[in-house]
Amino acid sequence: MKVKYFAWVRERIGKAEETIEPPADVRTVDDLIGWLTAQGEAYAYAFEKPKVIRAAIDHAHVKADATIAGAREIAFFPPMTGG
Amino acid sequence: MTVSATIRIQEADFDVAREIAALSQGRTDVGAVVSFSGICRGAEQGEPIAALTLEHYPDMAEAEIQRHADDALARWPLQGLTVIHRFGRIEPGQNIVLVVTASAHRQAAFEAAEFLMDYLKTNAPFWKREESARGTNWIEAQDHDDVAAARWTKS
Repeated sequence: MKVKYFAWVRERIGKAEETIEPPADVRTVDDLIGWLTAQGEAYAYAFEKPKVIRAAIDHAHVKADATIAGAREIAFFPPMTGG
Repeated sequence: MTVSATIRIQEADFDVAREIAALSQGRTDVGAVVSFSGICRGAEQGEPIAALTLEHYPDMAEAEIQRHADDALARWPLQGLTVIHRFGRIEPGQNIVLVVTASAHRQAAFEAAEFLMDYLKTNAPFWKREESARGTNWIEAQDHDDVAAARWTKS
């Protein structure tokens, strides 16, 4: 699946997007944050406060317990500050 | 007649007067037009800023604004609706966002415009970064914006 990062999450990880293949026991958004956090210091820094991080699956907001099965694109970003 | 929203996400500036006119010109069923313009302030928390840079998630911004525009059209009897949100570098005094609503009577136009702005603030995937003498900083989300958006949730 494709993962996209925005704003300071993108800056901390050091890339805007990547393709990942997490293991099968990574089932929810929360699981995925946990798995990404273990992928290196940059990820651990980006996800150091997981409760602050917002997520979207295929362009729609989702909660941390949402399942990632079948997702084409998952995005992680800080709370939005548009408008 | 089915009303559809005009939604534009663009780097370029927009002309507020022209967008207002586009919803009312040449028709006699519109009795009220409300417009909200969001403009870049010259200071954030008392500190002067040189500019804001807005990052966005293009595909999702389009989808998210469309969802809320459709929601507004379902909740209020609107004759027209325009939402424009800019991205990129924006200097103090320049436009950031525009919501224009048109309806037969004022209440629907006022309420729908406020509803859309409250949701754009908290749900549209845009992030502001400020440039100042101290460098660049991501602007933090405000709790009062979440409170403002929550009051429109149907109970």
